[in-house]
Amino acid sequence: MSTATLDKQEPKDATGSAAVELITATFRIRRFNPEVSAEASWEDFQVEIDPKERVLDALHKIKWELDGTLTFRRSCAHGICGSDAMRINGRNRLACKTLIKDISPEKPITVEAIKGMTVLKDLVVDMEPFFQAYRDVMPFLITSGNEPTRERLQTAEDRERFDDTTKCILCAACTSSCPVFWNDGQYFGPAAIVNAHRFIFDSRDEGGEQRLEILNDKDGVWRCRTTFNCTDACPRGIEVTKAIQEVKRALITRRF
Amino acid sequence: MATTESSSVELTGSSAGYGVDNPAPVIEPPRARTARTPKSTRTNFELYGWLFMRLSGIVLVVLVIGHLLIQLVLDGGVSKIGFAFVAGRWASPFWMAWDLIMLWLAMLHGANGLRTIINDYAERDGTRFWLKMLLWTATVFTILLGTLVIFTFDPNIR
Repeated sequence: MSTATLDKQEPKDATGSAAVELITATFRIRRFNPEVSAEASWEDFQVEIDPKERVLDALHKIKWELDGTLTFRRSCAHGICGSDAMRINGRNRLACKTLIKDISPEKPITVEAIKGMTVLKDLVVDMEPFFQAYRDVMPFLITSGNEPTRERLQTAEDRERFDDTTKCILCAACTSSCPVFWNDGQYFGPAAIVNAHRFIFDSRDEGGEQRLEILNDKDGVWRCRTTFNCTDACPRGIEVTKAIQEVKRALITRRF
Repeated sequence: MATTESSSVELTGSSAGYGVDNPAPVIEPPRARTARTPKSTRTNFELYGWLFMRLSGIVLVVLVIGHLLIQLVLDGGVSKIGFAFVAGRWASPFWMAWDLIMLWLAMLHGANGLRTIINDYAERDGTRFWLKMLLWTATVFTILLGTLVIFTFDPNIR
């Protein structure tokens, strides 16, 4: 039932070399519907799918052809909106960037909501605490003085300084992989620190002191245990733990 | 493209009686952040605590490994330890200082580590408070008792 088999395609004519080999993959999805039951439970779906397709395609197939009640978020479906972060085979990933062939489809593929947040239905979680932490680090340009008449200039080196942390898409894969955040939602979490880092190290910004003061708090960067879960989880390849360490270093060098 | 469905779990919680007008309660994570979350405390306590862990850790590596070598490995190993051995070492201010620094650093290092673990794992504020009170009481008691013994040790006690 859960073993994947390469389905033989009907013999095509000589030009059918591009024939797609479908496999039967089992998707074990963590379902929760508060309007039906207070308990969450695993439900298996078997789909025949091209292993070069993505997990999101399989979820679409399930929702459109098997069970329309399956609920999940996705917007752009191309890895830039950050809507479909979920826990696939025990790791936080974007469903739209995870190919089925890469996650051993011969075994059941588990799909569940990201951890550390309130599950509202199936794979949809309440992102409000996550965005509250994001808002709390003031993720916007703070300047003083008159507005320049043209753009604010910056050298290529100054831009390079915070380039890595500009890539964040706020998908919450890092924050919801952090064991400190699982246990205590008061911790800002990696994503908020990454977005503070993006402005702290921006030469055009003048609010760095305020943001450092916010992250110097007891729920700030000092709660990071450098477990590197966030760096492993980031679908954009941001070196999240390194960014957190750089904020720590900035706090220490500011002090001493 | 035939698809087969095999749902091993039926989602019919008929016994619970939950419905559209009566949804089940969702499970909130512990201590979620809201707009009312206390704002910055504006102290450097956590910064100093973090720095202390790193610096005391480096010093403790030397102190503790030296201590273990002297006590357990060199010169006959553990069998040599007795009242006379301790009295002989504590006759020297150097070993008194060694043991005193090791006691203070190890106790504060361990207590601060446990404090962060309590902060991580205690969900309710009350649990958090009482676990920390227990921790600080035990730490202060051990540090004071050890310091007292090192300074008031009498080799002629009978």
